[in-house]
Amino acid sequence: MTGKYFGQPVLRLEDKHLLTGRAKFCDDIVIPGMLHAAFLRSDYAHAIIKNIDVTEARKHPGVVAVYTAEDMGDYWKIGPLQVPPPFAIKDAQFNARPLPPIAKDKVRFSGEPIAIVIAESRYIAEDACEDIIFDAEPLPAVIDLEKAWEDTSVLVHDDLPSNMAALVKQEAGDYEAAKKQADVVVSKRFVADHVAGAAMENRGFVVNWDERTQEMTVWAGTQAPLPLRSAIAGRMGLVENQVRVITPYIGGGFGPKVMTSQADDVLLPWISMKLNRPIKWIEDRRENFLATTSERDQVHHCEMALKKDGTILGFKDVFYHNTGAYDPYGMTVPLNTQTHTVSNYRVPNFYTEIRMVFTNEMVVTPVRGAGRSEGVFVMERMMDLAAKELKMDPVEIRLKNLLKKEEFPLNTGVIGQDFVVGVLDSGDYKNNLEKCIQMVDYEKFRKEIQPKARKEGKHLGIGVVAFTEGTAVGPYEGARVTVGNNGKVSVSTGYSTQGQGHFTVFAQIVAEQLNVKVEDVRVITGDTGHFHWGAGTFASRGATIAGSAIHAAAVLVREKIFATAAKFLEVPEDQVDLCEGSACVKGHPEKFISLGDLAGKANPMRGAVEADVKPGLEATAYYAPPHGATGSGACAMIVDVDPETFKVKIERFVLVHDCGTVINPLLLEGQIQGGVSMGIGNAFYEKMVYDENGQLMTASFMDYLMPQATDMPRKMEIGHNVHPSPLNTLGLKGVGEAGALPPSPAFCQAVEDALYEYELDLTESNLNPSMLYEFRNKAIKR
Amino acid sequence: MKPAQFDYYAPASVEEALDKLAELGYEGKVLAGGQSLIAAMNFRMARPGSLVDLNNIPELSYIKPTADGGLAIGTMTRVYAVEHSPEVAKRFPLLPEVAHYIGHAQIRRRGSFGGAIAHADPSGQLPGIAKVMNAKCLIRSKGKEDRWVDAADLIIGPFMTVIEYEDLLTEVVLPPNPPRTGSSYQQVARQNGGYALAACASVLTLDDKNKCQDARLILMGVGEMPILSDKVKEILIGQEPTEEAFKEVGEAVQSEIDPSSDLNGTSEYRRDLIRVLVPRSLALSLERAKKGS
Repeated sequence: MTGKYFGQPVLRLEDKHLLTGRAKFCDDIVIPGMLHAAFLRSDYAHAIIKNIDVTEARKHPGVVAVYTAEDMGDYWKIGPLQVPPPFAIKDAQFNARPLPPIAKDKVRFSGEPIAIVIAESRYIAEDACEDIIFDAEPLPAVIDLEKAWEDTSVLVHDDLPSNMAALVKQEAGDYEAAKKQADVVVSKRFVADHVAGAAMENRGFVVNWDERTQEMTVWAGTQAPLPLRSAIAGRMGLVENQVRVITPYIGGGFGPKVMTSQADDVLLPWISMKLNRPIKWIEDRRENFLATTSERDQVHHCEMALKKDGTILGFKDVFYHNTGAYDPYGMTVPLNTQTHTVSNYRVPNFYTEIRMVFTNEMVVTPVRGAGRSEGVFVMERMMDLAAKELKMDPVEIRLKNLLKKEEFPLNTGVIGQDFVVGVLDSGDYKNNLEKCIQMVDYEKFRKEIQPKARKEGKHLGIGVVAFTEGTAVGPYEGARVTVGNNGKVSVSTGYSTQGQGHFTVFAQIVAEQLNVKVEDVRVITGDTGHFHWGAGTFASRGATIAGSAIHAAAVLVREKIFATAAKFLEVPEDQVDLCEGSACVKGHPEKFISLGDLAGKANPMRGAVEADVKPGLEATAYYAPPHGATGSGACAMIVDVDPETFKVKIERFVLVHDCGTVINPLLLEGQIQGGVSMGIGNAFYEKMVYDENGQLMTASFMDYLMPQATDMPRKMEIGHNVHPSPLNTLGLKGVGEAGALPPSPAFCQAVEDALYEYELDLTESNLNPSMLYEFRNKAIKR
Repeated sequence: MKPAQFDYYAPASVEEALDKLAELGYEGKVLAGGQSLIAAMNFRMARPGSLVDLNNIPELSYIKPTADGGLAIGTMTRVYAVEHSPEVAKRFPLLPEVAHYIGHAQIRRRGSFGGAIAHADPSGQLPGIAKVMNAKCLIRSKGKEDRWVDAADLIIGPFMTVIEYEDLLTEVVLPPNPPRTGSSYQQVARQNGGYALAACASVLTLDDKNKCQDARLILMGVGEMPILSDKVKEILIGQEPTEEAFKEVGEAVQSEIDPSSDLNGTSEYRRDLIRVLVPRSLALSLERAKKGS
């Protein structure tokens, strides 16, 4: 459904501002009298707090105040759960241990805040942190997931009998019975490695309590302005309209910025009110690595039962999921993993079990991929393992089991992160793969290119994988669309944006309905003073959920334009037409009224209007899906491996994707490219490593390697399938995380294929040349 | 990630800088390109009491031919300038070849040639390259005679040199290579611009009978400082340079290196890389020596 604006490759409206350095970010906010905050963070991963002596720090010139948990009195409370426990799942066990705002009695991860210094400058605040004497008794750190689960482990939370954060089992059919019928059963242990969100801009928080207006204004780099507003109001004993949260431009979210009730947003409003001064805190990169949230880090024990011809009979997966020291974000991540192992292929019988474990590591919450990556990784690796066992081509075994168009909608039998049973709404997963192997010319590679390369001593390999992306979950989002007196249109939504291009796609949706220029639609996202309902930016739900709400509001405004213009133009409504920027009489473009004038007419300042008339050309609407919409795709990667140095070069990268109706093909491609670069980073560069004492070894970009332009394939060849979702009017599905999902398993398969002289068995989602060397040394030579 | 408090001085001449360094003694630290020092200060791993910034001393940036056909490079000459100098490319093609691997263009625009050598980062390229090129370093300080120190003697450990607090490395002189000399650099890093997991550079000179007149090999990233190989001389000088001989060097240098394991690679892997990279580098140097460059 391509229209004048909808579906067109409109250039991003926000880019002019961003690329010329005129966008306002959190650290650009300056308020007279503003103070600066710095946190003292624990170096210990696990320790009993004996004493925190802040006497000298308080005397430091330029320091205004220093607080520890002791100084907070009754205000110190363990934070709320951000996501409810998964009690919709039968027999689910969950131990809620949300974040304390600042450590009291015990520290549970390296980087946990133990004191906050407020000073005239950030430099002084950091100097004064060094004056604090922190006396603690270190305890052994709990790091290894599988050992942490055992009864003999040291406890992260002493009041619990074990380190079990949750135990959730989901089952459909009868796996054990299916296993008995199987011709072949394969099993393997996999590790999905730990990665950071690593947005270009770190988090930031500026708060100003105005004693005279009794209002608090907060500027925050958050993905969830409304939950943040409500949380602050609740804690401060204010009614919601006393707190306004504004999201300025944000340099990337990728998940971790969805968290609220962390040290900064709990402490700073309270201190601002106490001191009656504005305060700024800008997270630095080290803090971001140590103490924001991160993700992945699972250990899977998988088993698959198949028939001789490659048909999957059943799948079993028992996996350990690291939640870190606390579990404020419930089970979103491991539930996504559970969902994504069995939402791509026909799996008639499955048993999956989540063992969520507390460790002495930073808290785990979603990072782009958000559990899906791990699910896709283990399932795709299992398909490869089965193919090897059955001596089948990896493509052939996938085509045999992928879901086809006729099979949708399909009830998966698994309850997902939105606590309803998953329904795969639409698509043609098999065709995605068919299209992908056509684009990469799989036959030619196998029959001509690869044999020729091998003769020349080159090690080329190919990996082909399939994936789904559960997106666009509830609860809801909303928006208000208003035609201004100058004929331009304003759109406000509670949804917040971190660079995805929402200013453009939301404008396209509205411009299409109101027939105004796309640049005449001004979008405001994530400002609770403008729109005060909504849940936040996560799960690839912006275009779909907020976009559908915006579409619905625009349709209502369009109807109001017709009704109002009919009165003014003195013709029946069906005789009114929308010209660009005006309403006119059908066939008589000279008889028109501009939308701006019409907006004025719809808002009379004198005279009598009918009782039920709402002023202005304005409407508010909401959209809530019954369950998420599922995007899908397939990916092929050709790599060239140096068998002596184990350097890997990606020669070709092909991805076919289906996210339903496309709003903007240019932005869609950008989303996929961004996701793919993150996926390639996860496959061969990015990895968070803790040592056995719970010290993060990768707390800077010197050790945590971000993928660079030179690590990318020269070209990303992207193909599209369009199967509109039946769940919303526009047929949309999300795409934000899609690109991040397939690279790791495709990379493993391709590298194994390239180093064909050995029976390589790659079982980790993040590799590096040295690890490939080790894997090669362990492998049997063919 | 803000540095601890420090005093800042920006002398306008070398003499002024030497005065300031002499006055500050232990408290003073030279700021050249700042590509390593500033990051270390932001992490508070380096806490100099005072910085003496050389960036306002134009007389420290130059590339000048020497009478014998070598080059003298001023300490503040940016790596980028060395990388793109036709004078350098003509005489010492190894330098631009290596410079390309140092960080990224932005870093090379700021990073200084002398600063990188004086910093003596064991994973940095330039300290090792200075050694393999037989560079000589001019060290000056207030009230003392100027000293010339061979690059091979300059570095005495990781981040450690014979340069004292009141000293300033002002110039690096590269002596000319005989005709029929070829050189090359090989490295494996996780990413472009990243630290080398292992690297080596070789310089081969052929005599008129196509035998090795001289052979120099530096091994980097596989010890506490760049290692100038003796084995390469033992095996190659006076001998026919063959593929087998190069492989033998790759094996023989195993006794000279002591790579450690870290997040990016095990000791065994790094040893294996040296085994692979040394013959690759020597073969390339030979090819270039034959062409007479």
